[in-house]
Amino acid sequence: MDSEYLFSLSMREVFMALLSGGSGHGYELKQTIQQEFGTLLPELNSGQIYSTLSRLERDGLVESEPVPDDNRGKRVYRLTGRGRKLIERWVEAPVPGARLKDEFFVKFVVATSVGLADPAELIERQRDEYLQSLRDLDARISSAEHGPTAELLVEGAVLHLKADLEWLDLIEQRMGRRSA
Amino acid sequence: MTALLEARGLSRTYGEGEAAVAALHDVDLTIERGEFVAVMGPSGCGKSTLLNLLAGLDRPSAGEVWLDGARVDRLSETALARLRRRRLGFVFQFFNLLPTMTAAENVELPLLLAGRRRRAARRTARRVLADLGIADKADAAPRELSGGQQQRVALARALANQPDLVLGDEPTGSLDSAAAGEVLGLLRAAHARGQTLLLATHDARVAAAADRVVTMRDGEVTRERTLAPSRPVTLPFDPDPA
Repeated sequence: MDSEYLFSLSMREVFMALLSGGSGHGYELKQTIQQEFGTLLPELNSGQIYSTLSRLERDGLVESEPVPDDNRGKRVYRLTGRGRKLIERWVEAPVPGARLKDEFFVKFVVATSVGLADPAELIERQRDEYLQSLRDLDARISSAEHGPTAELLVEGAVLHLKADLEWLDLIEQRMGRRSA
Repeated sequence: MTALLEARGLSRTYGEGEAAVAALHDVDLTIERGEFVAVMGPSGCGKSTLLNLLAGLDRPSAGEVWLDGARVDRLSETALARLRRRRLGFVFQFFNLLPTMTAAENVELPLLLAGRRRRAARRTARRVLADLGIADKADAAPRELSGGQQQRVALARALANQPDLVLGDEPTGSLDSAAAGEVLGLLRAAHARGQTLLLATHDARVAAAADRVVTMRDGEVTRERTLAPSRPVTLPFDPDPA
């Protein structure tokens, strides 16, 4: 997974939030999302969009009706009262900030405590990965192929990565002191 | 093909006998023409010492420096000064612009020192300033410019002579993140046009833009990593939640 540093988010909430302004077709949802996120987001296929919408409908969070005079089975979707309450709660709730789990750190502590790996080498390999990720992200910022939303998201990821790299320096310093 | 710059077994010791401190120990480094190399490491790791030796601003205690197939660490002070003026460009953390000169005059200076005529120097300076997006600040004094603008002028000065190599010591080190991003963009653009760059930096973003990152600790090179071309980035939205 090359983009763990970006937050992961399910499409359900995104669709519901977009529908809170009124009703819409699946195709309109797809267009709005792609306008905002550009090529940062892998292209959504219609199958994924309609299966997400039908699950939301099954759970009573959206409702739909067929578009009149449309023979391709197109439907228009809107939020139910329950869906609206749920999405309002979702919007209001702040997103957890502290990152108290870190896969690298767990791996690092366990592997070095049982002598599975050289701690300095593990840190250097992780630094390779973070630097490369930073390069990937910065290439996105400097390319002009996306809008301001995607740019902000990438800038945020860059700041997180810089912090991750500083943290590696800190781990290295503390470990060095311990073994010295 | 000959490397543009090569350091072989480079060491620098300050002081003598018991009090001797090795600032740099047995460093080998090769930079090819057109490469962008970053040197990272904590303060005091020897980055600046290495840069000073490569730039001929200091003499090694042992080892050799070769520029384009010619040994340069034994040249006379005069020959070294001439080499720096004609073949190297410099960017510093605190810009080091001459405060009594305008932006354009700062950029003209290395051109005049390299023997260009005043009118040609003036023309070149204006063009380079325009390339870096600060044509409108040509007649401003450095104190009238923001840090980011001063660093643009300093970069214009470094690039004006089309040097073989631009050496930078923390070129984004005193800038806020927006200005640092802009200066990095300009460095990246210079590299894309074929400029060879060697930058000592704490800024991971600058390092990540380089082709190769050299890490130093306690006066030695501890790792050299070659970065791959950038990979595509996508948001991990879960397209089909259960």
